[in-house]
Amino acid sequence: MKLVLDGPQQMLAQSAADFMAANDAILRLRELRGSSDELGYSPEVWREMADLGWTGIPFAEADDGLGLGLAEVVLITEALGRGLAPEPYVSAVVLAGSLLDGATAEQKAVWIGSTIAGEKRLTVAYQEAGSRYDLSNVQTLAAPSGDGWILSGEKVHVLDGYGADGWIVAARTLGDAASTDGITLFLVPADRAGVSVVRQRRVDSRNAAILHFDGVITGNGDVIGQVGGGLAPLTSAVDRATVALCGEMLGGMSEAFDRTITYLNEREQFGVLIGTFQALKHRAAKMFIERELVRSVVMSAARAVDEGAEDATIQVSNAKARCSDAYILLTNEALQMHGGIGMTDEHDIGLFMKRARVSEMTFGDAAFHRNRFGELLGF
Amino acid sequence: MSDLDSFRQEVREWLEDKVPQAIRGKVEDREWWPGGGRKAVHTHPESTEWMEIAASRGWTAPGWPAEYGGGGHTKEEAQVVREEIYRMKVPPALSGFGTSMIGPTLLQYGTEAQKQDHIPKITSGEIRWCQGYSEPNSGSDLASLQTSAVRDGDVYVINGQKIWTSGADQADWIFMLVRTDPDVKKQAGITFILVDMTTPGVEAKPIRLISGASPFCETFFENVVVPVENVISDVNSGWTVAKALLGHERSSIGGMGGGDKAMLPNMAKRYVGESDGRISDPVLRDGVIRQEMDALSYAMTTKRHSDSLDAGHQPGPESSMFKYYGTELNMRREELMLSIRGPQSRGWEGEGVETPELLQTRTWLRSRANSIEGGTSEIQLNIIAKRVLNLPD
Repeated sequence: MKLVLDGPQQMLAQSAADFMAANDAILRLRELRGSSDELGYSPEVWREMADLGWTGIPFAEADDGLGLGLAEVVLITEALGRGLAPEPYVSAVVLAGSLLDGATAEQKAVWIGSTIAGEKRLTVAYQEAGSRYDLSNVQTLAAPSGDGWILSGEKVHVLDGYGADGWIVAARTLGDAASTDGITLFLVPADRAGVSVVRQRRVDSRNAAILHFDGVITGNGDVIGQVGGGLAPLTSAVDRATVALCGEMLGGMSEAFDRTITYLNEREQFGVLIGTFQALKHRAAKMFIERELVRSVVMSAARAVDEGAEDATIQVSNAKARCSDAYILLTNEALQMHGGIGMTDEHDIGLFMKRARVSEMTFGDAAFHRNRFGELLGF
Repeated sequence: MSDLDSFRQEVREWLEDKVPQAIRGKVEDREWWPGGGRKAVHTHPESTEWMEIAASRGWTAPGWPAEYGGGGHTKEEAQVVREEIYRMKVPPALSGFGTSMIGPTLLQYGTEAQKQDHIPKITSGEIRWCQGYSEPNSGSDLASLQTSAVRDGDVYVINGQKIWTSGADQADWIFMLVRTDPDVKKQAGITFILVDMTTPGVEAKPIRLISGASPFCETFFENVVVPVENVISDVNSGWTVAKALLGHERSSIGGMGGGDKAMLPNMAKRYVGESDGRISDPVLRDGVIRQEMDALSYAMTTKRHSDSLDAGHQPGPESSMFKYYGTELNMRREELMLSIRGPQSRGWEGEGVETPELLQTRTWLRSRANSIEGGTSEIQLNIIAKRVLNLPD
């Protein structure tokens, strides 16, 4: 494993940065939040991202993808994170995309090509009220009926769940609510009878949804993977999406940090630039060190998963715990150093702090991942 | 088989044949590490034997030119030699300021005569070196140093006092910074000079630390006469030489974190107990996990830095980051070990506590210097703020 970008990776990172510089994502986020546009992102920009090939990165070449890995995915998500872009990359390409890897040929034919083209998108509905970060805590019921199952239950905080063309839903075909066996993944198209969608409004304004399943009829053709064996692929997909999100968090904290350093070089108080104050310099230096540590762990987690390393999940938990803590530290400090102006809605810095908190609580917070790190190593 | 593989095979066979049996497996025990020098105390004669055997192949400094007693090997071959020595759990053939600091400095800045005079005696282990930088009134503000060297014909006459001179009481020579011009900007009047510790007027007194050990001295210079040939690089350009050398020191102190991943959790389970295979105290368990995550993150950062250098990127002032974080990590680790040992970490000597417990209490005390020596943590943060973040003065 080499923790350095090769030539093609440098070019990819540069082209992602160039695209984001030409498309003010924060402006887009501001325009879309609270408007009547429930989607919360721009389908046109999403299509442009697809045209650039970003949506094909992690899909196999046999499925018309680029056959690249998370090492490349995090370059894209870092650029997206710098601009707080609201487009559904992590949910559609990485989270749902990873589960499509284990889908049937029929399912792949419908969904992979259209995802890569930016025409359709899926997301994954796994979280329920009270399940927190425990993927095995599933109460949504899939009751046997004839040759299939009838789904009933509720999913919350479904990432980019509003306006999706379908959802991959974790439901229980067997066992009690905490059992690790008996979870089955169903691909439910958006037009299936009995599903209702409510747009969930969250602190960072990005797309999330609450899904109600009321007697939704499913069949064998809707199942992804093995009946009752859904937890393992779900965990793996969430791990992959976690790394992608870590890239986004690295980008967001880097942008908040850079803007803060710029501010320290512009703002005058007591007749001098506030960047001359050692009380702020030392904190800025510590922020820099934290950001450097984050870059290292994001790069190593991505490569560990790509290479199927023995310690891959350990690296994923290490990265997510560190990203969570560092993104919060850097955005809290960024807001403090901006002073009163940072508290205004007009200033962008608060948007990064909101995004930091929502990211922290997506796919497990720092405490969850520290505990998981300890469990995996037998501490 | 590649050239490097066959070289490795050759190194392995030679070491298997030559390394004294008694020193094999002793890498963890500092008492077995050869340090060289005329005043060396032979606790373990096999240490000196091993140093001399290695020196005969140039392997006390495998990457240095053979003409000065080095191995004359490429960077990759030198790494193979070190790996094969470590593989046998044998201590490095020679450690200390000679191989780690003054040797590389002489190779970079020394004249041919200076190299011929000094480097062969470093590689053979004959001469042990110490460093004279800090003074009682010049700590973090190193460039304010006052020890003077006044030119008198073909010699300099040195007067003043150095402090924190590691191992000065056991060293044969000292490399030091002296003031040769008091009338210019403080950095511009400093010269780097080499002094024989047996010269009349040199006296080293050990300093007892809070840990009870005495790894450092204060060293006094009273009318010490030194030939002008002992100046390294140009007169008044010592600050440039010193900065190059401090870079070595910072990365070596910063590299102290890390170690065996299972060591802390196993120690915690032994001292506070385990339930269902986990450390039974959940708060202490979280502390151990945080420590190991920080250590892993730091290890990945040093790896990224080294991969980046391998890929041809230039090193920058970010090395201050390693000194800062590496030492903070090591100090937190020592404190965490105290918490794990709990009441047993309170012993100083005598009955009631085991030797490893006594030693750990002392290494904790010694570790408190990590964020002070080689440029304090605050100085490292200043460097990052100024040179990396370009914040205004």
